[in-house]
Amino acid sequence: MSPYVAALSARFRVLLRYRAAALAGIVTQVFFGFVRIAFVDALYASTGAPQPLSHDQARAYIWLTQAFLLLGMLGVDPEIASLVRSGNVASDLLRPVDLHSWWMARVVAGRAAPTSLRCLPILVLAIALGQLHLPTLEAAPLVIASLALAVVLGAALYTLVTASLFWTISGEGMGRLVPAIAWFALGIVVPLPLLPDWLQPLLRALPFAGMLDTPVRIWLGHLSGADALAAIARQVAWITTLVVAGRVLVARGVRRLVVQGG
Amino acid sequence: MHALRLGLRMLGASVRSQMQYPASFVIQAIAHFAITGLEFIGLAGLLARFGGVRGWTLPEVALLYGMISVAFALADMIARGFDAFGSLVRLGDFDRLLLRPMSPALQVAASTLHLRSLGQLAQGAAVLAYATTHAGIEWSAARIALVVAAIVGGTCLFVGLFMAQATIAFWTVESLEVVNCVTHGGVETARLPLSIYPGGFRFVFTFIVPLAAVSFIPAQALLGRTTSALAWAAPAAGLAVACAGAMLFALGTRHYRSTGS
Repeated sequence: MSPYVAALSARFRVLLRYRAAALAGIVTQVFFGFVRIAFVDALYASTGAPQPLSHDQARAYIWLTQAFLLLGMLGVDPEIASLVRSGNVASDLLRPVDLHSWWMARVVAGRAAPTSLRCLPILVLAIALGQLHLPTLEAAPLVIASLALAVVLGAALYTLVTASLFWTISGEGMGRLVPAIAWFALGIVVPLPLLPDWLQPLLRALPFAGMLDTPVRIWLGHLSGADALAAIARQVAWITTLVVAGRVLVARGVRRLVVQGG
Repeated sequence: MHALRLGLRMLGASVRSQMQYPASFVIQAIAHFAITGLEFIGLAGLLARFGGVRGWTLPEVALLYGMISVAFALADMIARGFDAFGSLVRLGDFDRLLLRPMSPALQVAASTLHLRSLGQLAQGAAVLAYATTHAGIEWSAARIALVVAAIVGGTCLFVGLFMAQATIAFWTVESLEVVNCVTHGGVETARLPLSIYPGGFRFVFTFIVPLAAVSFIPAQALLGRTTSALAWAAPAAGLAVACAGAMLFALGTRHYRSTGS
């Protein structure tokens, strides 16, 4: 088995043990789900004019983003950060593996494992409340594909930002800036289709939409057919760009790295 | 008095350490301000699309948003020290604090003055400024005092919540993340009029964690939506939460068993 697959699978299995943290996360995410749904309910009650998302779709959107919330996780990987800060990244560099792919494997597991722990209870709750429906049979394969791509896309961006550690060491700057910028471009606080129309082209151009908004919209049927395929193509394009950029950054960073010994 | 002077010196040290990288700090503060500003613009766009929410227009929502954001930012600046409290207890470092002739709570609080929150503070102040001029409030000395009281009450409330959250570290080895529902979740909830939430939420956030008392209820009084005298005294609830938080912390300290070091 390739070392990357081994690393991914090992990390995945380790993270599946963090049940208490997952439970706390579920409670928090459900809470925020109720808060945001109340807001959306109040908004739709204030006007009868047609909106880009129907009321039911908006509610389902919020539950889906809460269930898959960790796919929107951004910033700097804390474990890799401490490795770089302590200089222990040198032992990673001694391994006969490509550093970027090694990190990607860990990061993909780091997103997929907690998400899979948390998403099911929240999805079941939303469906039980009648506020969410399963995707149609024709949309299902696209949903699965888009979700998988979203995991990889998020991982590629996460790894790219983490690579900036080679320059800033502490991870404070980028680690805070990127999540803050991305926060509302992910569609977590406000469903993206509901944001002002003049923002939509910008949101579509950014990679963040592909991390959460795209699979959610395909699930809801808001994006279907050719539009869905176009969105998936955008996800693939961003993955390629971010992986290439990440590899370049890691290669440059490793060359200038000074490990303080120890 | 001596303790207060010491506390101020500790805060000064924290400020100096954060200003060691002045460029980085300024960039982050500006970025934080811009980003929270974008958040508000998103909210404004949303309200424009839907024409307000349950009868509350944008300037009125801005009043709520501004008051609670400023209160939270102030509390964040002051009480960030409690964030690291879990590791303090876990590593047994809290014993050192207990050996010093100064209140342990004050030491923890004074360990950090979180300057980065200045970005959020500025944004909250800007939103509040917008609200004060556009919400059609007839300003009087009493109303200004109410706004100040609401903000002070809000700050006290959040500080109390942070202290309570840290106190949990005494009993479980880590402080529960679930309490973030109440602090960060509370800010998001209180930014919007309480009337949009279902009954259970309204009850919890009025009587159990009285966020409404420092945002929604004073805002209603300011906008003339209620004439009840109780609304003017509501911010005192924030002080009550601060006292409760402090008492909880003292209780935890009294029953503290060190994990050793």
